[in-house]
Amino acid sequence: MPSLKDLRNRIASVKATQKITKAMQMVAAAKLRRAQAAAEAARPYATKMEAVLANLAGGISGSDAPALLAGNGKNQVQLFIVCTAERGLCGAFNSSIVRLAREKINAALADGKTVKILCVGKKGYEQLKRQYEKHIIDVVDLRSVKQVGYVNAEEIAKRVISMFEAGEYDVATLFYSRFRSVIAQIPTAQQIVPAEVPAGEPAKAAYEYEPDEGEILTTLLPRNLTVQIFRALLENAASEQGARMSAMDNATRNAGEMIKKQTQKYNRSRQAMITKELIEIISGAEAL
Amino acid sequence: MGFPFELVSPERVLFSGEATEVVVPASEGEITVLAGHAPFMSSLRTGVVRIDGNKRLFVRGGFADVSATGVTLLAEQAIPVEEIDAEKVAGQIKDAEEDLRDAKTEAAKTAAADKVAALKDMLAAARQ
Repeated sequence: MPSLKDLRNRIASVKATQKITKAMQMVAAAKLRRAQAAAEAARPYATKMEAVLANLAGGISGSDAPALLAGNGKNQVQLFIVCTAERGLCGAFNSSIVRLAREKINAALADGKTVKILCVGKKGYEQLKRQYEKHIIDVVDLRSVKQVGYVNAEEIAKRVISMFEAGEYDVATLFYSRFRSVIAQIPTAQQIVPAEVPAGEPAKAAYEYEPDEGEILTTLLPRNLTVQIFRALLENAASEQGARMSAMDNATRNAGEMIKKQTQKYNRSRQAMITKELIEIISGAEAL
Repeated sequence: MGFPFELVSPERVLFSGEATEVVVPASEGEITVLAGHAPFMSSLRTGVVRIDGNKRLFVRGGFADVSATGVTLLAEQAIPVEEIDAEKVAGQIKDAEEDLRDAKTEAAKTAAADKVAALKDMLAAARQ
């Protein structure tokens, strides 16, 4: 049976924790609004890019197609780009991305493929290194980045492209969490090399290209890759804040419940003590 | 007669609406697009897009897609000319030039040189 002082201390500490989780929730809510706006602002570019690419890719096929689009005909070496957050305390956000990545990695390993992992964000690296330390080739650190910009995506994309050109991998898959709503973030795996082009309707009219088709396609493909990575980073940022917001909301509510329970316990034992003392005094007086 | 025109950069949509005349800095020379232009696709060079002769936007890298349904510009980087702060850009040029001098590796050098060139183009657009 804890003493009254113990109970008081316990209540005070839960209250302090509740204040922190409440503050974190509000900060996450403010950041979420910004991240969501950024993710939505980037969507038109990505969709337009997809449309243009689909249009172009429809016209080019077979051996003319650049390797970034058609692949290099192999799928032995697989690159997994796992995008996670830099910070924890956001519910199952990081773990659910890592879980999806782990499934795919295990499947690839069981198939006898060579696996290379590029981690973006510290949390994913921490979770993956236990099992796949020797497969991880590098970690991209975005901790100092406040707002994910196009340049960050460009850096990663450059890496990915130069590795592909050097023949260091055959197929690249990008893992991130798609932002559906504050309570729903969907871990997603997307193949980016060779590019997955949505089957658009072939161009109806004859296009004129300047410079020629192939040349446009070779500059468009790396750009498309950058845009896909950029979109993944933005979606991830929004998802992270959403996940953190709901996690912290839960924590705040749990703390509230705990305070209520503990306060009740405290009051009961205080009352019991007073009653006990009264009985002692009365029975003492009666004995006289 | 107008046509739907969109100018988007990865970070935001800069223009979306009707336009009657758009001048695009295509890679092989400036082209002026009017309504009913033949389907056409081109990469962009660094320069200024003019919409209806009055709105000017600086763009760097990207694509122009002219189709029957309208015109779309996908610019890697885009900013309205009146939003360019000439003094700030001049300062950034200085910083970038310093970076260029300090650059050790070949990759860092080309990156810095690219940056200097981009900023200079931006400044030139602002002063036009």
